[in-house]
Amino acid sequence: MRHIISILIENESGALSRVAGLFSARGYNIESLTVAPTQDESLSRMTLVTLGSDEVIEQITKQLNKLIDVVKLIDITAYEHIQRELMLVKVLSVENAARQEVMRLVDIFRSRIIDVSPTTFVIEVTGEKSKLDAFLGSLEPGSIIEVVRSGVTGVMRGERSLTL
Amino acid sequence: MELSGAEIVIQCLKEEGVEYLFGYPGGAVLHIYDALFQQDAVKHILVRHEQGATHAADGYARATGKPGVVLVTSGPGATNAVTGIATAYMDSIPLVVITGQVPLPVIGSDAFQEVDTVGITRPCVKHNFLVKDVNKLAETMKKAFYIATTGRPGPVVVDIPKDVTDPNRKIPFEYPKTVSLRSYTPVVKGHRWQIKKALDLLLSAKQPMIYSGGGVVLGNAAEALTRFARLLGFPITQTLMGLGAFPSTDPQFVGMLGMHGTYEANMAMHDCDVLIAIGARFDDRVTGKIKEFCPHARIIHIDVDPASISKTVRVDIPIVGEITPILHEMCEMVTTGDVKPDPSLFADWWEQIRQWRSLDCLRYDRNSPLIKPQFVIEQLYEVTGGNAYITSDVGQHQMWAAQFYPFDQPRRWINSGGLGTMGFGLPAALGVKLAFPEADVACITGEASIQMCIQELATLLQYRAPVKIVNLNNGYMGMVRQWQEFIYESRYSHSYLETLPDFQKLAEAYGHVGMQIRNPADVRPALEEALRLRDRTVFMDFITDPTENVYPMIETGKAHNEMRMAPGLSDERELA
Repeated sequence: MRHIISILIENESGALSRVAGLFSARGYNIESLTVAPTQDESLSRMTLVTLGSDEVIEQITKQLNKLIDVVKLIDITAYEHIQRELMLVKVLSVENAARQEVMRLVDIFRSRIIDVSPTTFVIEVTGEKSKLDAFLGSLEPGSIIEVVRSGVTGVMRGERSLTL
Repeated sequence: MELSGAEIVIQCLKEEGVEYLFGYPGGAVLHIYDALFQQDAVKHILVRHEQGATHAADGYARATGKPGVVLVTSGPGATNAVTGIATAYMDSIPLVVITGQVPLPVIGSDAFQEVDTVGITRPCVKHNFLVKDVNKLAETMKKAFYIATTGRPGPVVVDIPKDVTDPNRKIPFEYPKTVSLRSYTPVVKGHRWQIKKALDLLLSAKQPMIYSGGGVVLGNAAEALTRFARLLGFPITQTLMGLGAFPSTDPQFVGMLGMHGTYEANMAMHDCDVLIAIGARFDDRVTGKIKEFCPHARIIHIDVDPASISKTVRVDIPIVGEITPILHEMCEMVTTGDVKPDPSLFADWWEQIRQWRSLDCLRYDRNSPLIKPQFVIEQLYEVTGGNAYITSDVGQHQMWAAQFYPFDQPRRWINSGGLGTMGFGLPAALGVKLAFPEADVACITGEASIQMCIQELATLLQYRAPVKIVNLNNGYMGMVRQWQEFIYESRYSHSYLETLPDFQKLAEAYGHVGMQIRNPADVRPALEEALRLRDRTVFMDFITDPTENVYPMIETGKAHNEMRMAPGLSDERELA
């Protein structure tokens, strides 16, 4: 099962490597990992997507909690939640018809073109992982020059939150 | 009070009541060593290798319950300490290891004696710090001691760049009285409802079993455990790390369990219907084949570390918290509650255990013309009255020590259980002897292990810390040889030590007393003589039967009821 674990961690040098090191040392999977400071600049928020059985996920959350720098964490997939990922795609598109096709796709996926050159587009797509995958699948396979994905971030719905 | 960074380090150690600092100087810690020179509250023990410093501090910590403290320099000083840090980490021993680092401005430039100590030690410490600002130094030291000694203990590394200890920069010093970390709040109190549930299950058991581990020793819960076990009247087994928490000479003790546990302990584990694990972590050397671990049992687990719960074996009733108050609460519930332990419920179970016990699984050939290693340990037990502190290295001798020296008190049996570090025993004995100068301290070792930290013989002499070294010399890395005999059709690949030193002369060269003993009849007199020489370190080189093996043995991947027994003892004998 795929789980999204949100972590509040001390914003100190080395904190990220403690988390990354834990995953490699104990053989856990990381599908994606995002981290940035929060409104309280002494804290960073990390969103970690991992795969594992219930037993493995239980161990992962316990081992993360054991790290001295980890202040609080929650497996948001256990609750109603929203997840989003940002993707920037650079596509090669020279012929007029092809350029029209790309613009139509951008429209359908409610994404945005954020850079244009005579031969390329950079497209910004936001959404769940499946939407981003679907968008990539719709593009002409040879046209993709670069794909940059932020990794998943997420938040729980309603009043439930991960705060101090 | 205005102090330099170097003086702050030493002052913090004084504030923490540190008695001994095990260390080795070098460039990056010279400011600290200069501050150390100008005081005498903290006594420095100069080891001969940084691995020895960490093991000595570790031995001190295991015997006293206080944190062991180490000071080493950057680069090779730190890397040499890593084995000892990892040893302490695996057995949850509180250490504070101060490592020098190159000055802040040159960090990352591959400076002389630079390594990323925080990076290298990260996977084998409870926590570590790089101190970048002298104003944070005292606070960091306080945190280091706090983290090392609370919750599930462990080693903490404090990496201090040389310029942070600059003697010319003085700042106001005040040692923090308290420390609170929002991200670290160890659970102390067990959940009352869980405790009640566990007790109800225990009182209904027909084939109950107590399995206790090193956490009982570390948590100073030996008394609570003993009271609890006696109140319930259940059979109890202990792990290698737990030995001594419950008296080994008590009839309720069925011996150590696991790979080289007793027949009765392992059989009882396999057949029990309710198991209570106390401060134990279901290590693979204990469980054997995980799928067949206690197949009929409902399992209760008490541990201070939530991550230990259901890590390898799924448990039915977890209780997270400090062991002593939890066991006290259970005892109170028994003494004040309506339901009492009913010995008739598990009388048949005890009868079964008595039958298993009658096999006498630790039997060995007492008529051999060669010295049997088991015999040496039995004799050591007798001449020390069972009261010595015993350190050991790793291998066959370690298992024989655990099997043949019954410990009746906690913190007397000091060995590297988790990491299995050869070279641990001698420096650990140094740390123990410094802590308890009046006690008998013996290091049970083998000719392979002892050579891994033998340089500390010099330290023993320098600090007048006389220990008795019991070297069970069979000319082989015995445990390796045993596995090769059993699993690799006796292909003894590189397990024979062809060029052994003359240990007797070696001991003498270091200023100690050396003995070589070849005859079983000379074993006891040698041990008695060694103990009579109270102020001397004595190296007893016992030339033992090279073919002796440790039995019983559960080979890797086998279950508790699939033991290999000593030749002549059949595990297929119908016992029930």
